[in-house]
Amino acid sequence: MDKTQNNKAWFLVLPVLVIVAFSAVIPLMTVVNYSVNDTFGENEFFWNGLGWFEDMIASDRMHSALGRQVLFSAIILAIEVPLGIFIALNMPKKGFWASFCLVLMALPLLIPFNVVGTIWQIFGRVDIGLLGHGLASLGVDYNYTSDALDAWITIIVMDVWHWTSLVALLCYAGLQSIPQAYYQAARIDQASRWSVFRFIELPKMSGVLLIAVLLRFMDSFMIYTEPFVVTGGGPGNSTTFLSIDLVKMAVGQFDLGPAAAFSIMYFLVILLVSWVFYTVMTTLDNAETK
Amino acid sequence: MAQITLKNLAHSYLPNPKGDADFALKEMDHVWQDGGAYALLGSSGCGKTTLLNIISGIVRPSHGRVLFGDRDVTDEETAARNIAQVFQFPVVYDTMTVRENLAFPLRNRGMDAAYIAARVGHIAQMIGMEDRLNRKARGLTADAKQKISLGRGMVREDVNAILFDEPLTVIDPHMKWELRTQLKQLHRQLGHTMIYVTHDQTEALTFADKVVVMYDGRVVQMGTPEELFETPAHTFVGYFIGSPGMNLMDATIAGNRAHLNGCDVALGASYAPVVGRSQIGIRPEYCSLTSGAGLPVTLRRVEDVGRHRIIRADLFGQAFNLIAPEGMAIDADMTRVVFAPDKINVFADDWRVAAQGSV
Repeated sequence: MDKTQNNKAWFLVLPVLVIVAFSAVIPLMTVVNYSVNDTFGENEFFWNGLGWFEDMIASDRMHSALGRQVLFSAIILAIEVPLGIFIALNMPKKGFWASFCLVLMALPLLIPFNVVGTIWQIFGRVDIGLLGHGLASLGVDYNYTSDALDAWITIIVMDVWHWTSLVALLCYAGLQSIPQAYYQAARIDQASRWSVFRFIELPKMSGVLLIAVLLRFMDSFMIYTEPFVVTGGGPGNSTTFLSIDLVKMAVGQFDLGPAAAFSIMYFLVILLVSWVFYTVMTTLDNAETK
Repeated sequence: MAQITLKNLAHSYLPNPKGDADFALKEMDHVWQDGGAYALLGSSGCGKTTLLNIISGIVRPSHGRVLFGDRDVTDEETAARNIAQVFQFPVVYDTMTVRENLAFPLRNRGMDAAYIAARVGHIAQMIGMEDRLNRKARGLTADAKQKISLGRGMVREDVNAILFDEPLTVIDPHMKWELRTQLKQLHRQLGHTMIYVTHDQTEALTFADKVVVMYDGRVVQMGTPEELFETPAHTFVGYFIGSPGMNLMDATIAGNRAHLNGCDVALGASYAPVVGRSQIGIRPEYCSLTSGAGLPVTLRRVEDVGRHRIIRADLFGQAFNLIAPEGMAIDADMTRVVFAPDKINVFADDWRVAAQGSV
């Protein structure tokens, strides 16, 4: 094999490098710059080393925000994934109602995040909201602005309403790709409904489920707009998730150094968890083949 | 195990079928003997799969009844009919091992473990997968998967019938032979009624005792391979079976003579006057070239296929095929063709006409 080496081809990658540099690397580097310096404005920086990182790792405020965030993502995944699968299994497979359901399911996904927040903010109000007022008339003591549990329930229900469709639609696509012969064979083999789900539908959905879980994890872990609009992180700090806390710190208090250190760690956590998750799921998948 | 009776069966996928054309299956009345090996043969879209799905209960016929033995199963679910079916493309449970796949139909019916183990062992041996029983089915090749499907279809001993829907499409040619032989052997061993759908005539003719040829939603002939070859009931059977198929020529029939384009051909028997479009058909195997008397042909091409040669020719401007034995010299002056008179079939409007004094 006499291949001519021509490294000039690397120049073809240059435009992409430039674009990525402007879109991602340079902004990220400014954040890195803030995270290792202290500044009082006027473009004057004082070297602080890893000080902000140490502060943040030890900070109770960040610990509790992280705790709330993990709990929130866990609840979201635990509800939306099974519910999405369940909805996908029960959606009509063809005909008018299939298209109807698809459009209906896609609707929440098309609404801008802050509008979703506003909808639920009003919907849940005790004085004028349909949900809040309705519950109050039924004698339920519900008020998301003063009760932490109510605030959590409201935000979780809102997220389920907003995002379960995504899981359902992905699963639905996975289900649609199963040839009819599988169901016929299962009927001939006298497989129970559970066996059909466990041995035919679930394995065929595993690919899209991986994507669904990853997307829902990342999105829920980074959630900002909706809880910000509905509760603003309250009552107290009860719904202050990582990104809300981060914005408070950076924009509210102008603690740019700690906020930058915080956001870098935040980014690394998401990256790490997604990577671990993806690796574990795909290795499990491959292990089964062996 | 049971005899399968199709009583005035017809099927249309439309809610209100009007004419004949709306029916995927035209009305038919057939009895499939218990323990027979049948092949359903026909070109794509002729209704083979519909018929198979009606027998297995996946499709409910819009007209007529299906009987297993004396039991009317028209309205019964697939599971209740106790049949096995193997599909065109492999259907395996990916996350199960090969062993679990084979055991699945038995487990669902609550058989005891020792029996299941014995049955699975037997079937695995038959499909040649004993060494891979503990592997996950995912990641196996398509033909290994199809072998599992076949195995799952045959694992139950008490089935009424085993239906195969073009099961060997994805299998390598040399494996095809082997599996077909095994199926045949299994049929002899267990005596299940087997129905095998295919569009490959070699498959049909080697597998089945009785071949059922379908054309345009109709069963045009049900017979042994020999009957299909010698006395095709319909011109479709004539040219679909055989390679190349039967030569068909428009002719007028008068007693035991046929006239085509002013030439006179002797028939093996005499026929009553034929109504409708009359044709004679002769297999290429029963035609021979000669330099003596006969019908004038123009040779176009000679194809040597090994055991014999196929001669492509023109007879009165129409394509005509002959088969010449290996080693026979073809000379330039052999421009005539003669037919073996008793091998000529006569058709009226595509359907075979029986000679006078015979069936």
